Amino acid sequence: MLVGAGMVICLFLAGFVSFYASSAPDGLEKVAEDQGLMTTAQDSANATLPTADYGIAGVGSERLSGGLAGVLGVLVMAVIGFGLFWFLGRSKKSATVEKGAD
Amino acid sequence: MQIQLMQVHTMHIPDGFINAPTSAVAVVIAVIGIAICLNGARKQLDEKTAPLAGLVAVFIFAMQMLNFPVALGTSGHLLGGALAVILIGPYAGALAVSVVILVQGLLFADGGLSAIGLNIINMGMVTAVVGWLVFRGLIKGIGVSRPKVMAAAFLAGLVTVPVSALAFVLEYAIGGTGTVPVSTVTFAMVGVHILIGIGEGLITALTVGAVFLARPDLVYGIHDRLPKKLLVTSTPVATPANGS
Repeated sequence: MLVGAGMVICLFLAGFVSFYASSAPDGLEKVAEDQGLMTTAQDSANATLPTADYGIAGVGSERLSGGLAGVLGVLVMAVIGFGLFWFLGRSKKSATVEKGAD
Repeated sequence: MQIQLMQVHTMHIPDGFINAPTSAVAVVIAVIGIAICLNGARKQLDEKTAPLAGLVAVFIFAMQMLNFPVALGTSGHLLGGALAVILIGPYAGALAVSVVILVQGLLFADGGLSAIGLNIINMGMVTAVVGWLVFRGLIKGIGVSRPKVMAAAFLAGLVTVPVSALAFVLEYAIGGTGTVPVSTVTFAMVGVHILIGIGEGLITALTVGAVFLARPDLVYGIHDRLPKKLLVTSTPVATPANGS
């Protein structure tokens, strides 16, 4: 229940709400810009990926491109996150008394 | 050297900010930290808690896409370390944020590849340790109820952000490629990150409050301090009939 509802919320946040996120520079960037540190920053070696900067290359609409990238990220995170933690906790029964309200 | 201003702003160190030797040492430290967390999480997680740990990792990824404005042309986003450790414990929590940073760096070119160790230390490890110590210290002092847990979660979240910024300052002091004095960077970083920390604290408190409402038994940060009445409400009806 909790996991299902949580995944729906995550897909909604990353796929839809993310379009409305603030596009102002973040704390680190702002400081770096104001203090003149940006001169030493380089693009990531990964910057040429079709998914770089939370977009999908070739998708014209910014809203669609960012939304698809968000959904892709949530799905990739779900595979890795649920997979990793399932693996770590596998075949171990709950230490506390079993609860029925799941 | 020209840098294109990124469309998406995240609080990740780009390549080139911190020199190669320092970044390489950070990768080694991050790998050791992740190994410790894998071991600790394996001991702690079970079939009941593992799904929540996975969900926390996904949620932090999604929330990190949502920059909120803090002041005059600056934004911030959730780091998530405090939230993660309160919900799923320090080892699994640090691991969840580390996975987020790896996916962001490898799939979305968010944060430099060479800086990935630095980013894991600052946003995954430092926030986990600080968030856990603050939350547990407060809970031991004030006890457990929904408002108290939310207040402790707020403060834990708030503190993690400027401390994480201080971790960056330390890395800058050791291996920064810029010529700006460390003291200048310290003041600027801590100031803006206290503001961002307020947002972090609010999101942490609201999320922990929501999980506490639905399944208090799943909040790992209070697992050994749950009031008995909360345990009873989430157990199938097994009370003696008409006991009163």
